Amino acid sequence: MTVAPPEAAERVPPLRRRRRELPWPLNIYQTAVGKKYVMAGTGIGLLAFVIVHMIGNLHLYEGPTQINEYAEALRDLGGHLVPRTLILWVMRIGLLAMFVLHIHSAWSLKEISRRSSPKANWVSGNKRYAGGQDYVAVNFASRTMRWTGPIIGLYVLFHLADLTWGWWLGGDYIRGDVYHNVVESLSSIPVAIIYVVANVALAVHIYHGMWSAFQTLGVNNPRFNHLRRGLATVIAGAILVGNLSFPIMVQAGVVA
Amino acid sequence: MSAAGNGSGSESGSGNGHGARMRLRLRIWRQAGPDEPGAFLDVDAHDIPEDCSFLEMLDIVNERLIDDDIEPVTFAHDCREGICGTCGVMINGRPHGPEKATATCQLHMRKFRDGDEIVIEPFRAASFPVVKDLMVDRRAFDRIIESGGFISAPTGTAPDANEIPVPKDVADFAMDAAACIGCGACVAACPNSAAQLFTAAKLGHLNVLPQGQPERWRRAEAMVETMESFFGSCTNHGECTEACPKEISLDFIAVLNRDYLKAKVKNRRLASQT
Repeated sequence: MTVAPPEAAERVPPLRRRRRELPWPLNIYQTAVGKKYVMAGTGIGLLAFVIVHMIGNLHLYEGPTQINEYAEALRDLGGHLVPRTLILWVMRIGLLAMFVLHIHSAWSLKEISRRSSPKANWVSGNKRYAGGQDYVAVNFASRTMRWTGPIIGLYVLFHLADLTWGWWLGGDYIRGDVYHNVVESLSSIPVAIIYVVANVALAVHIYHGMWSAFQTLGVNNPRFNHLRRGLATVIAGAILVGNLSFPIMVQAGVVA
Repeated sequence: MSAAGNGSGSESGSGNGHGARMRLRLRIWRQAGPDEPGAFLDVDAHDIPEDCSFLEMLDIVNERLIDDDIEPVTFAHDCREGICGTCGVMINGRPHGPEKATATCQLHMRKFRDGDEIVIEPFRAASFPVVKDLMVDRRAFDRIIESGGFISAPTGTAPDANEIPVPKDVADFAMDAAACIGCGACVAACPNSAAQLFTAAKLGHLNVLPQGQPERWRRAEAMVETMESFFGSCTNHGECTEACPKEISLDFIAVLNRDYLKAKVKNRRLASQT
């Protein structure tokens, strides 16, 4: 039996009461730290995809035959042991699941922060002081995570509609001819600009996200703590250079 | 230390309290109660000795307000030597002001320049309701401590402490966390109003010591979940560490995250797994 606390002690009531606890391991996701684990884990999965995707796309510089063979090989993953495109679809569904969890955890954590913060910004959830706040440690990347995230999300939809579904290339879209489609799409200046902006946002997102994931997952050791920021910078930089090279090289006429 | 023999009387300038005087333009947040609207009060603070602390400056301002039949500004304070965690206001947009590793009571007016405008606001978070003016209710922190910030192991009297071997590194790490004075600057600094640094310090200093082991996993679960019911979610900005008058490290937040997940995975009801 719990004794009701005196009225004065309840002057600061909890902002959130816990809901009925789900069975393990779903109960972990019911908590904010648990959601952060999911965000960090799915972030690492999505980062792995981004790295592999960027490296794979470098086949573009080997010429049409090689990049098209690479695309075909992705469909044939697993060889004759599994039905064609099965492994590709498993990976696609995994990616989609990671996206959904990453976005859902980010949204709900933002809402928790917004409700905990007076006069909070609706998008970032950040609180506001009447006299302004003088930040010391935040950087551009950490402050814009909740802006770069949606930009990347919208870009992914655009990217799929552009090169996977071929919505606006219309008759110019040739299914399976990756080289042709990429050149056809990226040679348009507005499209190239969208790719550049989105990939800058992606690199900025990864710069904070990767460092943050170490911290969230409790990967913290004085022996290598100084390397965490450097590693995040190198990976974000490599992804930025690799991904930006495609629209720039197509615009420059190197890939045509 | 070589100058120690010179005697304290010969220290230049500040020894007898005749330092320079300053004139400051203060913008002080005034709010009658938790649900009342607040606004800034502009105060022309002249003749402020540069040797006085920030709180002493507010004392002087209050004396003058009383002389003018204006209600003095309410602010929280107690020890005034930087160890109790009672004082704390936002000074020019930073908790405890511009000096690193300095609580408001230890901040001296000589750190400002004559003619400066100083904006003074209470620490803000939804779970830190303003009691009055610059004073906030930080009892949400008490709820976090109550839920697990204690040990039940009998530790005997002071000489018995040496009976439990604690490696020096571990003792130092625990002491770094135990330095937390619970002032709430971390929450005030955090754009998300998260209390991760406070909770991590209070949880960390017990969880790494042998005396804290019996309740380790129950503590991690209870303190984190109590924290989450009051405060926002950490996004690893690192503002808290910068604002902390005791410079508690972000490393403790990583320890909190690690111990919390372990606690959720372990089944504490099985004795072999505690």
